Amino acid sequence: MFDLTGKTALITGASGGIGGAIAKALHGAGATVGISGTRVEPLEALAAELGDRVHVLPCNLSDAAAVEALPKQAIAAMGSMDILVNNAGITRDNLFMRMSDEEWEQVLNVNLTATFKLCKGALRGMMKSRWGRIVNISSIVGATGNPGQGNYAAAKAGMIGMSKSLAYEVASRGVTVNAVAPGFIATAMTDKLNDDQKGAIMGQIPAGRMGTPEEIAAAVLYLASPEAGYVTGATLHVNGGMAML
Amino acid sequence: MSDVADRVKKIVVEHLGVEEDKVVENASFIDDLGADSLDTVELVMAFEEEFGIEIPDDAAETIQTFGDAVKFITEAQ
Repeated sequence: MFDLTGKTALITGASGGIGGAIAKALHGAGATVGISGTRVEPLEALAAELGDRVHVLPCNLSDAAAVEALPKQAIAAMGSMDILVNNAGITRDNLFMRMSDEEWEQVLNVNLTATFKLCKGALRGMMKSRWGRIVNISSIVGATGNPGQGNYAAAKAGMIGMSKSLAYEVASRGVTVNAVAPGFIATAMTDKLNDDQKGAIMGQIPAGRMGTPEEIAAAVLYLASPEAGYVTGATLHVNGGMAML
Repeated sequence: MSDVADRVKKIVVEHLGVEEDKVVENASFIDDLGADSLDTVELVMAFEEEFGIEIPDDAAETIQTFGDAVKFITEAQ
């Protein structure tokens, strides 16, 4: 099931926990993967672990010119880009009343504007080949909101609205656009929370545990697969029941 | 008919699945040849590849008819 042999996939934020797991899942299903991120070392380590069918494509998504170049680099390296996973994301948490314009702009730029540009760069080839899969990694907070994350929640909700609009436009060309909204996943990003914060969040998760990066990767693998060809404009919530949407 | 016009016509016929004799000078892609807005984007992409030229978005919006396309491409080459 879920055979991606012969397909090519670009994954952003592949140096992080969830992105790395997504790259492994797609690669494990047979895809050639382009792994992107700002930190080269973890990307090289991941590439060494995966072995063949892997290309390291470092990119700083806060650099507009680098973002525009990335799809071209990915296509040059892999020959095509059938699957795009916009997973990269940053947080600059602050109370709304204390949030600086800079904190707002940084998060919107990397999480939402870069996603827009990468989608645009990927579409040409996908429309031509009449097959494409775009999976945007949103977040539960895009649907529920979260104190201290006005910028991050806005960007993640924005990804969902953008995905749906694009899904309308390209559905007739065999290109699907979906979002995956992770809940509380054990990664370096959530490690920053203190025990009190973690305890409070745990109490809200019916499953009684944090999710794993592999559980997000499995959702992405499904949406990237030929089997999910009739699923578009959807948001797949993977959150242990934390919010049943 | 010029070489450019022949090549443009071939792309239009293939992409929109219309009869060749419908593709005349004043034929509008959307009103006469049944294209939707996404088809026009794809046609421009196909022209760019066929002729090795870059058609900026604002120029693409002015290409409404078969004649517009032939004229633009002839001048761009």
